[in-house]
Amino acid sequence: MSQLVTYALPGIPYGCVFALMAVGLVLTYKASGVFNLAFGAQAYLSAMVFYVAVHAGWPKWAAFVVAVVVLGPLVGLVLDRLLFRFTRTAPPLVRLVPALGLLIAIPSITQMIFGIEPKLGPPAVFLNPNMIYFRFAGFPVDGNEIATTVATVVVVGGLALLFRSSGLGLRMRAVVESPRMTELAGIDADRVGAFAWILSSFFAGLAGVLLAPLYAQLSASNFTDLLVAAIAAAAIGGFSSLSLTLAGGIGLGLAQEILSGYLPSGTILSSGLRPALPFIVLAVLLVVVPRFRLGGEVSDPLAACDPPAPSLDPPPRIAVVSRGARIFAIAVAGALVGSALSWVSGNWLFTITQGLVFAVIFLSITLLTGMSGQISLCQATFAGVGAFAAGQLASHFGMSVLGGMVIGGLLASAVGILVAYPARRLGGIALGLVTLAFALLMDNVIFPYSWAGNGASGLVVPRPRLGPISFGGGGAFFWLALFVLGVAGGAVWLIRSGTTGQELAAMRGSEVAAATIGIDVRRLRVVAFALSAAIAGVGGALYGSLQQTVSPNDFAYELSLVFVVVVATVGVRTVSGAIEAGLAFTVLQQIITSLPTRYGSLLAVVFGLAALSYVRHPEGVVAYGKRVVLDMAEKLVVALERGGSSHGSATGSGRDDGTATGTMEPDLAVGP
Amino acid sequence: MSVIEPATVQAPTLLEARGISKHFGGIVALTEISLGVSQGEAMALVGPNGAGKTTLFNCLLGLLRPDTGSVLFRGERIDRLPTFRRGRLGIGRTFQRLELFTGMTPRQHMLVTERVHRGDGRLWKDLLGMGRPRPEERAKVAEVLDLVGLADVADVPVEALSLGHGRLVELGRALSGEPCVLMLDEPSSGLDDAETRLLVDVLNRVRSERGTAIVLVEHDLAMVAKVVDRLVVLDLGRLIADGPVEQTLAEPAVRSAYLGLS
Ligand SMILES: Nc1ncnc2c1ncn2[C@@H]1O[C@H](COP(=O)(O)OP(=O)(O)OP(=O)(O)O)[C@@H](O)[C@H]1O
Ligand SMILES: [Mg+2]
Repeated sequence: MSQLVTYALPGIPYGCVFALMAVGLVLTYKASGVFNLAFGAQAYLSAMVFYVAVHAGWPKWAAFVVAVVVLGPLVGLVLDRLLFRFTRTAPPLVRLVPALGLLIAIPSITQMIFGIEPKLGPPAVFLNPNMIYFRFAGFPVDGNEIATTVATVVVVGGLALLFRSSGLGLRMRAVVESPRMTELAGIDADRVGAFAWILSSFFAGLAGVLLAPLYAQLSASNFTDLLVAAIAAAAIGGFSSLSLTLAGGIGLGLAQEILSGYLPSGTILSSGLRPALPFIVLAVLLVVVPRFRLGGEVSDPLAACDPPAPSLDPPPRIAVVSRGARIFAIAVAGALVGSALSWVSGNWLFTITQGLVFAVIFLSITLLTGMSGQISLCQATFAGVGAFAAGQLASHFGMSVLGGMVIGGLLASAVGILVAYPARRLGGIALGLVTLAFALLMDNVIFPYSWAGNGASGLVVPRPRLGPISFGGGGAFFWLALFVLGVAGGAVWLIRSGTTGQELAAMRGSEVAAATIGIDVRRLRVVAFALSAAIAGVGGALYGSLQQTVSPNDFAYELSLVFVVVVATVGVRTVSGAIEAGLAFTVLQQIITSLPTRYGSLLAVVFGLAALSYVRHPEGVVAYGKRVVLDMAEKLVVALERGGSSHGSATGSGRDDGTATGTMEPDLAVGP
Repeated sequence: MSVIEPATVQAPTLLEARGISKHFGGIVALTEISLGVSQGEAMALVGPNGAGKTTLFNCLLGLLRPDTGSVLFRGERIDRLPTFRRGRLGIGRTFQRLELFTGMTPRQHMLVTERVHRGDGRLWKDLLGMGRPRPEERAKVAEVLDLVGLADVADVPVEALSLGHGRLVELGRALSGEPCVLMLDEPSSGLDDAETRLLVDVLNRVRSERGTAIVLVEHDLAMVAKVVDRLVVLDLGRLIADGPVEQTLAEPAVRSAYLGLS
């Protein structure tokens, strides 16, 4: 018993911080429908500002006011006004992608502003963190434990008071407890939403400065991982009960420390299970407890009154324009392949090859998210399974990586089924959270084992041979990557235009209606994951073979989030979008490595901020750009024809011409 | 006159609710509803807002699990069947709040339904390039599109369509599955007069040509009278009348509950 308390006490600060974040998460989720995965990043920002201000010699209270009381809520307000108030009625993916973008961009921006040199010994807001202030029934209680408890009690007490007394607080409570009632009562959702963002961002900032002194160094991942626990706590509260959420957060903090106290120290299980615990809790809750399925996501009764979303599918185009676009696309692709094999340096050939390999991995997102509307945050994990399988088969059985790629794909597919089957009832953001849980679990518990990813030292994945042909050289491997991309892209394209693709598109459009016409949506979801994971697995094995050594770091869970952001931003609906995303990802990275180290994470900032455009352009910025160009070309053609035919008989092929005779063809550039 | 007047039944009962109750928290949405629809029959389900009509549809299709009671299809209990299996049995439905496949065109809506209905789509066929719609499927779909008057907008993504067209897409989609029971949830709201006439026509044709049973939830009693012979009235989750249209409308309970309010 006394052992238990000794282990549990250090869990208090963690528990309080989890609880604060979780309460913020629930507030914004209920009030604005956004599951703000970026709170961890916001916490990091506040902690960083506090650190820098204190080190610059500011009094602690002033630093606290600036970092937490001013900056925290300000960030929340800006995000709501500029971004999230427009996404209330949007589909889950539109609400998720900008949050993911922020999660990726904010830590990088923070580092670019405040420098990348390590920030050691983060200061505490008040009390000396490690000093024992008193003994509670014989157990020592240190400054951290007191400080976090006091801060949490004060803030939560304040929130309770606010909910009880002020008008806005009452309305907010109504929104959180029953969005449906709120709609009936005509509460101004916009103002409540803004208020929720301010309040919850303040909580995030506070959690950030409270958490910082628990670690020796200020590092972004400590804060983003924090969010994981907060989500689990929110799930314990059923994503709506604030008091249960609070209790859940504190409980998780204690459970983590107790667990790590009792597990044998120094093993992968004990070092991995602790960070993975919240996600195991989350996954089990979401999958097992029916009430936790976020089926009835925030829906707005006015949704039907909004102007219809712009269509993502291409309008028919004038034949001349679509033929021109086709020729242009082929020319660009030809020029790219030609240059890769002739004049570009070996370094750039490698970069382009890497782009093709990422394109293969990204195709798995095209299929799963773009075509089927399923959110997965573990695509990098599937890629990792493929890569490690190929590496292990090569080193233990001397199998060629070509065979390893096939088996890796199959194995990844099996893993995909393993994830999707228990989660087959879940849709929307809940599915995203379960897959994130899975990624974290694999990352922390499975991949470090020597029979899997072999920890930090990683695995060797050789370049393959096929009879007399060796793919060891850069040029040969380029062809191999191009071939695999062609096969994967062709497969996705065939699936898309066949029965399965139609069914996936129907599931994406409306799961309820899809079931009503006789589609087994649950089975289809598992099928989509199996196919997608197979593609990711093949891509991962190819990636391993390109790099020649891979370690779990290459497939860390954060990377899955980056993948989704990159593909969604560039174009998630089409095969060409995946290829463009792959190339953009590696080429931009290559350009950035030539900049000073301070800008090393510029890519994250670029894509993170670009992801914010997803709200406006869910078809992807590149697809949108193409459309704009083609629209202009079309106008030009119409104008020219008008001008040319104004003297003769009207045989124009203008689209708005009532007697149009021009052939309408689907727009190629946005097609596969 | 008794409150519940059983309709004269000759044809076998297709879809039947037996003692279905459903509540949401404190709200009682359905109380002990027993109701059957037989082959070729056209029946209207009316009642004021919140009477439980949509909830009854959802229970019949398995989108909601009733608290008590059971659902039968051709005399066999289907309570444990998931929605998609009930759809495959031949129960078609439209939704009051449109549930369209966003991003797809009306033609694609019909094509996918037709494919699913025939059930010969396979992943390996797709991968061999044999998954594209065949000419006979296209012809069939074109027929449905003509029938519901959507031929002009067949290739426009549904997000760009009017509410009325959206309802017709729902109708066409349900018809593409060649259902034996067609359940329509307020199909005429949002339709203009011409479209409403078309809707009445389509329903009458489908019923006479295919023998499809129709369950129509509708507020527009004038339209109802042109399609159905049997009228069932729900009020606050209770079934208060069931019988031929004229006769049911004359009942005092119906007059006070429904007509009084509308
Ligand atoms: N998912 C739900 N959660 C809570 N209450 C619900 C839910 N669905 C329906 N209700 C309630 O059940 C009752 C019956 O609703 P239902 O939608 O079946 O009525 P209806 O007859 O279709 O009305 P309308 O003519 O407005 O469509 C209403 O009081 C409604 O508020
Ligand atoms: Mg209804």
